[in-house]
Amino acid sequence: MAQTDASSTGAALTQPQGWNSVVADWSSDQRAFKNVPWGKAMMWIFLLSDTFIFSIFLLSYMTVRLTTTVPWPNPSEIFALSFGGEPIPLILIAIMTFILISSSGTMAMAVRFGYQKNRKVCAMLLIVTAMFGASFVGMQVFEWTKLIVEEGVRPWSNPFGAAQFGSTFFMITGFHGFHVSIGVLFLLATARKVWRGDFDNETPGFFTSRKGRYEAVEIMGLYWHFVDLVWVFIFAFFYLW
Amino acid sequence: MAQTEGQQHPISVYFKVWGWLFVLSTLSYMVDYLSFEGYLRWTLILVFMIMKAGLIVTVFMHMKWERLALSYALGLPIMFVLMFVGLMIFESDNTFLQRVIYFAT
Repeated sequence: MAQTDASSTGAALTQPQGWNSVVADWSSDQRAFKNVPWGKAMMWIFLLSDTFIFSIFLLSYMTVRLTTTVPWPNPSEIFALSFGGEPIPLILIAIMTFILISSSGTMAMAVRFGYQKNRKVCAMLLIVTAMFGASFVGMQVFEWTKLIVEEGVRPWSNPFGAAQFGSTFFMITGFHGFHVSIGVLFLLATARKVWRGDFDNETPGFFTSRKGRYEAVEIMGLYWHFVDLVWVFIFAFFYLW
Repeated sequence: MAQTEGQQHPISVYFKVWGWLFVLSTLSYMVDYLSFEGYLRWTLILVFMIMKAGLIVTVFMHMKWERLALSYALGLPIMFVLMFVGLMIFESDNTFLQRVIYFAT
């Protein structure tokens, strides 16, 4: 993002590039993250800490899978689903992946239309994103029910192989599903504000009393894309590996 | 803070990334569907995963347009996770061997 700041003599100040710009930003007065609104910086820092939480879940999953002497259950077969004919491997998980990616797309659009002050399209896209998210959680409930009731998978044992399969599965997908659920509520709350025109009228926030701005939609978007991002890793490591 | 309002990029960028995410997800699903095994499977899974994650972070989360100071502040700590992964792989080998030697049934 090219920008020039005026110096005291009025001449344009040149911005350092590359690593020098990082040093300049971090050693500068008052704020390290130039151009980044306060709320957005805080969301990024929260997401970084959340990254560590999910990383540690996936790491412990890796560790128990590498150390067990019992064969690991084959997710391709366990998560297969039959629509009257031969079971199709991992089909439900594939559908869930596509749903989450679609929701990420509508979310990105919502952010764009928000900054263009297109209140109604932005709100509609947020609602669509929330619907995708809710259907994802619905499918996860179906998946869990099938696994617990029909297959008899428990956190401490399962009929397929290594007992750690259950504990890591419920912990990782459960925590991710919880993130999606919170995201859906967050989306609906943001959609309501957009629809009411809070960000056009700069209505102060209920808790923060800060002026309502469309950057709130972008901050919401960061959270939602992060949830999609985590699913990319869960899909790769837990279901496909 | 008077600047141009937030992140505004042409809609075509989002559609392209959206399309690629669909393609890459289909490809990673095909890895399982065609039941590739061994190193081919693991390499393909990792390649598609990193490409998807990269697209989401750089375009959808606008990291491409943020200042380096933010990108580095978020990117560098992730390196420690990779270090942790390395440590645990090393440790796991040891645990596995101990189990084979002392707890074999």
